[in-house]
Amino acid sequence: MKGHQEPRSSSSCAACKFLKRRCTPNCQFAPYFRSDEPKKFVKVHKVFGASNVSKILNEVAEEQREETVNSLVYEAEVRLQDPVYGCIGAIASLQHKMVELQHDLILARARLACYVDQQQRSSHESFFDIDHVDMAPLVDIQEPSAGVVDGFDYNALPFDQFSPFQFP
Amino acid sequence: MNSGRCAACKHLRRRCPSDCVFSPYFPANNPRRFAYVHKIYGASNVGKILLDLPVNRRAEAADSLYYEAYCRIKDPVYGCVGLITILHQQIHNAQCQLARIQAEIGALSTQSQSEVQQFQQVENVGPSFLPDQNGVPNSTSFYDLSTWFD
Repeated sequence: MKGHQEPRSSSSCAACKFLKRRCTPNCQFAPYFRSDEPKKFVKVHKVFGASNVSKILNEVAEEQREETVNSLVYEAEVRLQDPVYGCIGAIASLQHKMVELQHDLILARARLACYVDQQQRSSHESFFDIDHVDMAPLVDIQEPSAGVVDGFDYNALPFDQFSPFQFP
Repeated sequence: MNSGRCAACKHLRRRCPSDCVFSPYFPANNPRRFAYVHKIYGASNVGKILLDLPVNRRAEAADSLYYEAYCRIKDPVYGCVGLITILHQQIHNAQCQLARIQAEIGALSTQSQSEVQQFQQVENVGPSFLPDQNGVPNSTSFYDLSTWFD
């Protein structure tokens, strides 16, 4: 007697097409790798492998799987574009930009403070009564933030274990 | 079995050949490093990525693979992409803040210049309004007050 066979899906998902296997109705990949987006699965398969993607998806709640796949696809794309640094290269570049912006903010705040101070002085020294010059600071001048990336725990990343590693 | 196996070959329970692609970057004294990359990428994929690169780029590639694997294990949903998103947001916020401050500087600068000009104009009027030595009002004064004396 023939064993029970799972019904053949009318259209295989991109993963099962690539893996040349039967796409079952409860295929884990089907919701996230549609047949009209074959390149998406090819990329994640090349970098992570189907088995590892499956394990990662199994670890997360179902409602988070689409986000997980999106981030895996993004990571795979960046790794394929930059096989040496992958997303770490993008992170280093963004951190560099953030440092530059923080520097610009410090300079801009100092310049603004000078203008405010200047205006306060001129309103006191002027022979003419300049009406209602707002002496209150126009902006809340804050100290620059302590770290480059607020809220990101650098200590959590094992950067210290690899002293020769230099970000690009 | 070679007792000097690298972390990868120990993990994979295999002999570590002298030309092992993993051994320079996954030393035996750091088993966690290979365990993480193997969990996320698999030994085969890591080997292919390394072999596709020139030898002088492989150390950096191994490092970045480890960092990304670490991020993915810590955050299975977003991995290191979560950090990229946070950085983009922070950059956007900082750019907005910078634009605001620069706009205020611009406004203050314009106001300050306008006040200086006003002050200078009044200064010009003051002395020239005063009559000359003969007591005749200076007709070239900025504010023509001659009609006041009609």
